[in-house]
Amino acid sequence: MPTSLEIGLYVFMLATFVGLEVIRKVSPLLHTPLMSLTNAISAISVVGAILIISADSATTLSKVLGFIAITAAVTNIVSGFLITDRMLKMFKRRPEQEVKK
Amino acid sequence: MTGSLVNYIYILSGALFVLSLKWMNSPATARRGVFAGELGMLLAIAGTLVGHHNNWEWILAAFFIGTAVGVPIAYIMPMTAVPQRTAMSHACGALAAALVGTAEFYQRQGAADTELGGIIMVALIVETLLGFLTFTGSLMAMGKLQEILPSRPITYRNQNLINATLFAIALGLGVRLILVPTDTILFPIFAGLALLFGVLLIIPIGGADMPTVIALLNSYAGLSACAMGFALNNPLLVIAGALDGSSGLILSIIMCKAMNRSFTNVLFGAFGQLQAAQGKVEQRAFRSASAEEAASVLEAASSVIIVPGYGLAVAQAQHKIRELYDSLTKRGIDVKFAIHPVAGRMPGHMNVLLAEADIPYDRLWEMDDINSEFAQCDVALVIGANDVTNPAARNNKSSPIYGMPILDVDKARTVMVIKRSMSPGFAGIDNDLYYMDRTLMLFGDAKAFVGEILKELPARVGA
Repeated sequence: MPTSLEIGLYVFMLATFVGLEVIRKVSPLLHTPLMSLTNAISAISVVGAILIISADSATTLSKVLGFIAITAAVTNIVSGFLITDRMLKMFKRRPEQEVKK
Repeated sequence: MTGSLVNYIYILSGALFVLSLKWMNSPATARRGVFAGELGMLLAIAGTLVGHHNNWEWILAAFFIGTAVGVPIAYIMPMTAVPQRTAMSHACGALAAALVGTAEFYQRQGAADTELGGIIMVALIVETLLGFLTFTGSLMAMGKLQEILPSRPITYRNQNLINATLFAIALGLGVRLILVPTDTILFPIFAGLALLFGVLLIIPIGGADMPTVIALLNSYAGLSACAMGFALNNPLLVIAGALDGSSGLILSIIMCKAMNRSFTNVLFGAFGQLQAAQGKVEQRAFRSASAEEAASVLEAASSVIIVPGYGLAVAQAQHKIRELYDSLTKRGIDVKFAIHPVAGRMPGHMNVLLAEADIPYDRLWEMDDINSEFAQCDVALVIGANDVTNPAARNNKSSPIYGMPILDVDKARTVMVIKRSMSPGFAGIDNDLYYMDRTLMLFGDAKAFVGEILKELPARVGA
């Protein structure tokens, strides 16, 4: 049986390849929204912060650090997703009648 | 039982994150992508809270504050300030990762023998090192973009030597901590050095290189979250971190290619030194024109390619450009926009600014797709772009920007450049484009000048 580290490395390897393939296909048109979206997704570290703060052995230090971490991550999640959507809403095609051919 | 349920939720959440990025490949599905991302995040947070909600009042308060700060940022931030917001958000993400790593390190001290063994400690050190240096580095990038800090490179003697030494010391302390995790006294020094290194890494980098730097910091922030996944043995964090890391990596490679520079060159070779060498330029003859002349040239054209640069955003001219686009399109003139990959202050920035002004996105063309069309176009109108149009990049081997892919503006039948003065651009390099016989220089503020052209245009309708 592979150890949890080995499984982690497998996951990392596969996720990196999937990431590279998927991102390569993103149109340069959307690179700015893409970056704010990945930013919001990488705020998944909020999970780690919740685990720290709610551990049975949580010290005051870890509560304070965890508190700041959750605040920072949630700010990223909320502003990241909302601003991405706000940007994407602005991307419009030409109205049908204007498109020739 | 709840343990395995949480894992299944995480698997679902990971799949949603991948789909979210996949749907970003086209503007038609991109908003669905955001929704998938939001759902994935919601599931991940809810799943985590099911099993872990001790000290819930702390968690709730933090969620509340984060939301209260995040919502206004998302809605108030003007689109020109998106690069700053992105840098700030890299800083927040990296800070979160670094603090979680720090908390883990101290919390596990009690059971250091079993809990801080080899690999976990390696992951924690990587997480905190990347986290702290990305935090201060992103703050510096944000300061430069917001122009709180000077956007020119800040350099001093032996810069690279000092930086390398600092980084080596931080790395040495990191290795020592991995070997002897109970040496807690070293940790604050290690963290402090990482923070300092982040500052020193970014201050020598000039404003023109910011797109690459932002993308690179994006990658670091992702890798830091990834390392957290290894420390906590949580595959979802590894997946999300790896997606972010690879995204940042691809974007920085694209930016580097678009400027014909290597990573090392961007990070360690400040553009500043090149500027000095190019200092003296002899006066050369050029032709300038008024708004009225420019309007008649545009009116006589059947195809126009507009080349926007960051100067357009600075002048807040995007809405005037939209009016010009409308006015020319109504006359049956084919108007396209040529977007260089490094136009703006972050990857894709110019597209967002033009989309905000309601310019249809199918009129925005990438460099490789439009370059062959300049030779057939009647007028190329350059607004606020400089170095990305400089033919020296193609034909002058001694130019600092030689080899950089450029928009072939000089091949158009007539070139018009709206510019404040003849002063050289960000890289401090004189642009041969301005001295061509076919080039008309239009001096003035981009927004005001386009406004004047517009005033000349309607008067001629039906005349």
